Amino acid sequence: MPEITNQTLSPEPERKSAGTLALTVRHLSVSFGSNQVLKNTSLDVAARAVTAIIGPSGCGKSTFLRAINRMHELTPEARVEGEIRLFGEDIYARHVEAVVVRRRVGMVFQKSNPFPTMSIVDNVTVGLRLNGVRNRRLLAERTEQSLRMAALWDEVKDRLHAPAISLSGGQQQRLCIARALAVQPEVLLMDEPASALDPLATAKIEDLIVELKKDYTIVIVTHNMQQAARMSDFTAFFYLGELVEFDTTAKIFTNPAKKQTEDYVTGRFG
Amino acid sequence: MQARAGSRFGDRAFKWLTLVMALVIFALIVLIVRELTHGSRLALQKFGWRFLISSDWDPVNGVFGALPFIFGTLVSSAIALIIAVPISIATAVYLTELAPLWVRQPLIMFIELLAAVPSVILGLWGIFVMVPWLHNHLVPVLRGLFGFLPLFQGTNYGPCMLAGGIIVAIMIIPIITSVSREILRSVPGLQREAAYALGATRWEVTRIAVLSYAKKGLFGAVILGLGRALGETMAVTMVIGNTPQITASLFAPADTLAATIANQFNEATGNLYTSALFEIGLVLLGVTVLVNIFAQLLLKTFAGPSVKPQQ
Amino acid sequence: MTAPNHRWRKFKNAVVQTLTFTCAILVVTPLLLVFYHLIRLGFSSINWAFFTQLPKPVGEPGGGMANAIAGTFILLGQAAVFGVPVGVLGGVFLSENGSSKLTWWIRFAADVLNGVPSITWGIVVYALMVVPMRGFSALAGGVVLGMMMIPLVMRTTEEVLQLVPGGYREAALALGIAKWKTIVQIVMRTALKGIVTGVLLALARVAGETAPLLFTAFGNLGWAHKLTEPIAAMPLQIFIYAISPYDDWHRQAWAGALVLLVLVLAVNFGVRFLTRDRFTQRT
Repeated sequence: MPEITNQTLSPEPERKSAGTLALTVRHLSVSFGSNQVLKNTSLDVAARAVTAIIGPSGCGKSTFLRAINRMHELTPEARVEGEIRLFGEDIYARHVEAVVVRRRVGMVFQKSNPFPTMSIVDNVTVGLRLNGVRNRRLLAERTEQSLRMAALWDEVKDRLHAPAISLSGGQQQRLCIARALAVQPEVLLMDEPASALDPLATAKIEDLIVELKKDYTIVIVTHNMQQAARMSDFTAFFYLGELVEFDTTAKIFTNPAKKQTEDYVTGRFG
Repeated sequence: MQARAGSRFGDRAFKWLTLVMALVIFALIVLIVRELTHGSRLALQKFGWRFLISSDWDPVNGVFGALPFIFGTLVSSAIALIIAVPISIATAVYLTELAPLWVRQPLIMFIELLAAVPSVILGLWGIFVMVPWLHNHLVPVLRGLFGFLPLFQGTNYGPCMLAGGIIVAIMIIPIITSVSREILRSVPGLQREAAYALGATRWEVTRIAVLSYAKKGLFGAVILGLGRALGETMAVTMVIGNTPQITASLFAPADTLAATIANQFNEATGNLYTSALFEIGLVLLGVTVLVNIFAQLLLKTFAGPSVKPQQ
Repeated sequence: MTAPNHRWRKFKNAVVQTLTFTCAILVVTPLLLVFYHLIRLGFSSINWAFFTQLPKPVGEPGGGMANAIAGTFILLGQAAVFGVPVGVLGGVFLSENGSSKLTWWIRFAADVLNGVPSITWGIVVYALMVVPMRGFSALAGGVVLGMMMIPLVMRTTEEVLQLVPGGYREAALALGIAKWKTIVQIVMRTALKGIVTGVLLALARVAGETAPLLFTAFGNLGWAHKLTEPIAAMPLQIFIYAISPYDDWHRQAWAGALVLLVLVLAVNFGVRFLTRDRFTQRT
């Protein structure tokens, strides 16, 4: 992967063409102390597509997501077993540093969390600057590109130096998306990104995800099934820590193989 | 029905009782201010503003100027802050962000124990251990390295301004560390996660997501430490030399507002002398209260959860 | 694969870890040094005589700090009598009366009072009691320590009472129990451990105070036979011995300091340990 300083915005075509597997997860188990939250999960995430993770609360969706960018290492009682490969490379291998994995796999959280002491533009460029990018022109270009991709550019282009917290909730979340995109991650993880937003803001985020999947691999956790059905190409249904069914979105929502899946997507429980 | 009326009376009586007890706080404040002002009256009348700017402290001739003590208090507190603040905040960062779990509890306990050490015991240790060490080892080194600065020139006979600063630093480190730790802990985890998710190292996460966020609160912790430093009495009076003078040399003996009262109050002959000491007490009270109010305001407006009531 | 400055970032990270760890060591060191010297210089002087004898006249070796030890306890007892009821009941008021402007001001004032230099308390009580009574007294010492305890105990009591879940109060009131009885018999009893902890910690705090006693209790090389006489106290005695020119008194100062420190730390340590289950959230 070429270094950030001379990378163009769209990821390398040969790695990200549809049909390649962005992530291969094999026998992933996560436990917190004596409580096993995720049991023996295996699935493949296709590149340049949106994979939705659905299921009732507490089924392990977020736990699954956070295993992909090694966030569980921040929790002392967490134990992660199994294998996750990012474009063929084992991200939990001994010699692989978490810091590097997290640069390649971006994350957007349920509640927007821009850095309040920084301006809008500083928030967007913080990832780049951490990695040593100092070239002002490059930073400015990336800022504009990321904010455009996050559908925020027009709203903030005249006040890039305003504090990030002066934005509305929906705008802040889009800012967080821009911040994640600015470092050009290979995979973007989104943990219920619109659940804390009003319907209008939610719609904007859904539209932008549909746009983003042309260039990015996205894994999104959502409890909103209409959202999953609309935006995603593949859907994984989790229940009580186990992957019950994983298939194309069309199949899951129209003709699921397992009864549990059918019960959930038709609203009979959850 | 009878019980109802009785209990209502009980409720009212209890509420009044507790209210009166709580209002004692205000009574105490009034008492302190009144007694100090009343006690300082003579000196206030005789010297007025000159008390604060005159460095002439001459009990024999009845002339009293508090400037040397104000100088001593400010300089020793400044030295204490310069030493204590970086160490305390770094330790707080270590405790909340970087230390392995098994280290945290023992270290926290140590700091709380250090906070509980009475001032006089630290002063005792200061007189017989720290000051000789300072005289024999620290002063020559400082003089050798920085002797071109007036700060590090002059002879040292043991007790001095530097010793006072060091001992006050030791006394305020626990409080700055504890309060800073609470401030850092109150930074939302979501902020840290945002930084980690961008691929930041532990230090970068601390720098970007924690320290920037906590700036105001940390400043409040420092000011709280300053308030404590200004009022420090026993340990200071035992190692600072008790000489009212204003010099640039840190190796020379000095005196502070609090230490002066401790030393001279019981020897004070005559009403004017005593009154001058009362006025020093008034000045000391004014300065520490203002600093403490500033600190409390900073801390209360920083984050929701109230900071533990510290000494 | 990795950014060009990756090594530099890792290096910075390692440097910061080392620096902060060093600072943590620096913080711990004075306590360890103090303990070391106290034990080395004071332990050998702790014997039966130390606890049971009065100070001998200057020049004569031996003697002890019996009067100072007793004096400290007498002063603490008085301080508790003045400080505990006011502090605890005041804390009850703050906790059980919601947040109004009044409670905010009282809280703020208490926090500011906690920052008032102890020597200031001393000269205030000097003017209040020593002057009218024409002499130093144990009573004045007890009063000043009691006054210092009030804002401390008030705030810790309030904090502890706030931890009692509101559900307890509601359940009791719903049963028809009078509000004041609810507070005393249910809320306070639930929080009793915490209240006692706060009181003990405050007592340990004022037990080590010297400055306010300089002009109130004043100190005594013998026994105080009445509360209206000056009385010895451990921190006072340590101070007087420490600044004296006599080696034997220095030796006793170290011994006294060791005993005082052990007492103070034992209370601090012991109390926190015994109430650990209640406060485990505070890690």
